[in-house]
Amino acid sequence: MSNLDTAKPSSDFMRFIKANVRDYALLISLLVIMVFFQITTNGTLFMPVNMTNIILQNSYIVIMALGMLLVIVAGHIDLSVGSLSGFIGGVAALLMTGTMPFVQSASLGFTLDPYTTSAFCIALGAAIGAVQGYFIAYHKIPAFIVTLAGMLVFRGLELQVLGGASVGPFPKTFQLLSSGYVPDIFTVQAFGGPFNLLALLIGTIVTLMIIYFNFKERRTQLSHGLAEEPNAIFIGRNALIAIAFIGFSFLMAQYRGLPTVLIVMFALIALFVFITTRTTFGRRIYAMGGNEKATKLSGVNTEKLTFQIFVIMGALSALAGLIFAARLNVATPKAGQGFELDVIAACFIGGAAVTGGVGKVIGAVIGAFMMGVMNNGMSILGIDIGWQFVIKGAVLMLAVFLDVYYKNKG
Amino acid sequence: MTQPILEMRDITKTFPGVKALTEVKLAVMPAEIHAVVGENGAGKSTLMKVLSGVYPHGSYDGQIMFEGDERKFTTIADSEKTGIIIIHQELALVPLLSIAENIFLGHETAKHGVIDWFEAFARTKELLKKVGLNEHPNTLITNLGTGKQQLVEIAKALNKDVKLLILDEPTSSLNETDSNALLELLKGFRAQGISSILITHKLNEVLKVADRITVLRDGKTVDTLDTHTAKVSEDRIIKAMVGRDLSERYPPRDAKIGETLLEVKNWNVFHPQRADRQMIKNVDLMVRAGEVVGIAGLMGAGRTEFAMSVFGRSYGKKISGEVLIKGKPTDVSSIPKAMKAGLAYVTEDRKTLGLVLIDHIKHNVTLANLPGVAKRGVVDDMKELQVANQYRKDLGIRSSGVYQTTVNLSGGNQQKVVLSKWLFSGPDILILDEPTRGIDVGAKFEIYGIINKLAEDGKAVIVISSEMPELLGISDRIYIMNEGRFVGEMLAKDASQESIMRTIMKSWEH
Repeated sequence: MSNLDTAKPSSDFMRFIKANVRDYALLISLLVIMVFFQITTNGTLFMPVNMTNIILQNSYIVIMALGMLLVIVAGHIDLSVGSLSGFIGGVAALLMTGTMPFVQSASLGFTLDPYTTSAFCIALGAAIGAVQGYFIAYHKIPAFIVTLAGMLVFRGLELQVLGGASVGPFPKTFQLLSSGYVPDIFTVQAFGGPFNLLALLIGTIVTLMIIYFNFKERRTQLSHGLAEEPNAIFIGRNALIAIAFIGFSFLMAQYRGLPTVLIVMFALIALFVFITTRTTFGRRIYAMGGNEKATKLSGVNTEKLTFQIFVIMGALSALAGLIFAARLNVATPKAGQGFELDVIAACFIGGAAVTGGVGKVIGAVIGAFMMGVMNNGMSILGIDIGWQFVIKGAVLMLAVFLDVYYKNKG
Repeated sequence: MTQPILEMRDITKTFPGVKALTEVKLAVMPAEIHAVVGENGAGKSTLMKVLSGVYPHGSYDGQIMFEGDERKFTTIADSEKTGIIIIHQELALVPLLSIAENIFLGHETAKHGVIDWFEAFARTKELLKKVGLNEHPNTLITNLGTGKQQLVEIAKALNKDVKLLILDEPTSSLNETDSNALLELLKGFRAQGISSILITHKLNEVLKVADRITVLRDGKTVDTLDTHTAKVSEDRIIKAMVGRDLSERYPPRDAKIGETLLEVKNWNVFHPQRADRQMIKNVDLMVRAGEVVGIAGLMGAGRTEFAMSVFGRSYGKKISGEVLIKGKPTDVSSIPKAMKAGLAYVTEDRKTLGLVLIDHIKHNVTLANLPGVAKRGVVDDMKELQVANQYRKDLGIRSSGVYQTTVNLSGGNQQKVVLSKWLFSGPDILILDEPTRGIDVGAKFEIYGIINKLAEDGKAVIVISSEMPELLGISDRIYIMNEGRFVGEMLAKDASQESIMRTIMKSWEH
């Protein structure tokens, strides 16, 4: 931080911090939790192999949290995402292995390649989302009820199509969805082992791009006299992004490079940030969540909007189901159980409001990783699974309580 | 001379920025039916809220004397305990509970928390008999018509040992027979020594039953008339209600009226939940470019329902009728279609229907026309900002900037944000529903200026307002609406508050 800025502690500085305290508190909480586990696990947390694991273990939660954020901002909820992802994983398994466990010793008579299977499954997820969205949007049945019913139906269907058994393994190309890495073309020997230079390179390029766009936006804001964010915070924020991204890709490079799923996840996060902050579609979701009647009276087709959100949620749940199946290399009847809770918790920890209209994609992503890091750290520490639930529940409660408390106070 | 049972002395009640009541005096004698009349916004409801303890002692100035003692009510329960019971315009009954359950809600006939239903039923039957309602105590409220629900409310009041019964617009949603029955009931109470305060717009009813009449205007008592000592006519009351000068409250304007922009023909609308209740009956309306057309009427006349049903069927069911835009039959059956046809409806309820309160001015201004600041679905932030800033400047929205959250704006500024939103949607025909409700005089004048400007720009403007002077001051032509019908039409220059009121009263008489 430059001396210039610390020399004049302007009231603008404090006001901006105050106005955005929620965002900073969230980021700081994640950092505190990470540092805490880094210390208590004797440095295991930040080991390259473990960081890679955290990404792989949480990718499907993060992907579903993106859709869930839209759903929650719109003022709804989706309880069916876990069951749906499990069911889709099962369907994918049948299509790729050509088995039909639900009929005695029968087979499908054909198998599909992983690409066709994935495309079909994502379309199926979207179609299921459309059915749920239809009841919610056009018949005004509360999403809680519709998706609770969906949760039961898809849990049941998952059990039925798999015939209660696990189905696998999958073709190699399908497994790559979850266990593949961006091929290392520049591997060099460095930092005590093989070092994936490409990973560091990609990380650096992405960082530079983000910073470039941030500066570009900043320039436009300045030219219109609109820059609310004080200089020091702007520079600090970008420096932090650079450290986090480059540091992270440095860690990744020391293991096996960038997982494919990380690329998929990152692209989706970028897409959803764009959708929520820059598009008319995103804007209308926030408006609808903030005041549905006023939004409808302003000529927005709120029914169609709600419908579309649930289609997106269905497609993302399907993608998450595929990733999870690919990761285990088998579709199990228990896949997806309880995912909805982690996904919903991620959004609320990330600052989304139950009443709708409020929430950020980045918040939901940070919320998901907070849960992920806690899961990972507590597992390494060998904390009983029961206590893990208790602690996660307490963190969720605390996050939302602080949110509500400061909102009422300020 | 007998002592009044109730005497309100010099009641003054101030809200931030507005003086709602100024030294109001009201005296009610024992066994008297006392009517309180006045225009919408004259202060009748505020006065009753002061009396019943909704506005607690200390939040107003003046004294309330009841049965000879000064009373300092801090809650409604306090006033009810003394025997003052108010029955509101919107009934406070739980629809899915029975008559008996509603009557005893809050003070059930219970011992140790266990309800004695036999006693409850027996007492309910007795009370229902007193109000002349022949229904079983087990009947659910939702299965009763409005008139009978009204009687249940009164039975509920009788159960509380009432000494002074206050009825706020009790007959506004009743038909002739039910209204008469209710008035007869009040006469019966008078014979038993129970006084009533009757708040109503229907002057013919006032003359039928009231012993004395207090007229409020602009938060002041202007007159108290005794129907027994002098012959009181409706005209006499109306004059007291509306007598004030209109000069300098409205910006001058010079109407240049052009072609017909909107015609609505034979418009009929039914209640969205009660399919048999017709809310709008055979309404015909026409408005031309550069013209400001007012729709006058009392609350509940159906003006908002009419406007919203025309604007993309956002109200009502079984809507029939024809809409012509510039002479061509046009489909306005959904809000997007209505907007495309050039319509805009600025709601009377800015907080629940007009604004996304948790969002800031900029986002609210562009909500109805996001494509206007976007390219292929991507919002151009800078363009949006320019638009918002332009409207903030043009309409004089007073705020710290366009990033101020709308919930923190004053009523007048909120109204300007809603107006901005609709102006940016580029309409030819604007329907403004109570555009100046709850905003101060200065902001009102600014809104009138905006309306004039719109008309000058060749737009057709329809203004719905309950403030008759306002309609007379800003309109070229006025439709008068009552009970779902247009019951009159006059040029503003030929109209007066008296003539409008008289038209409304007359439509009630047959």
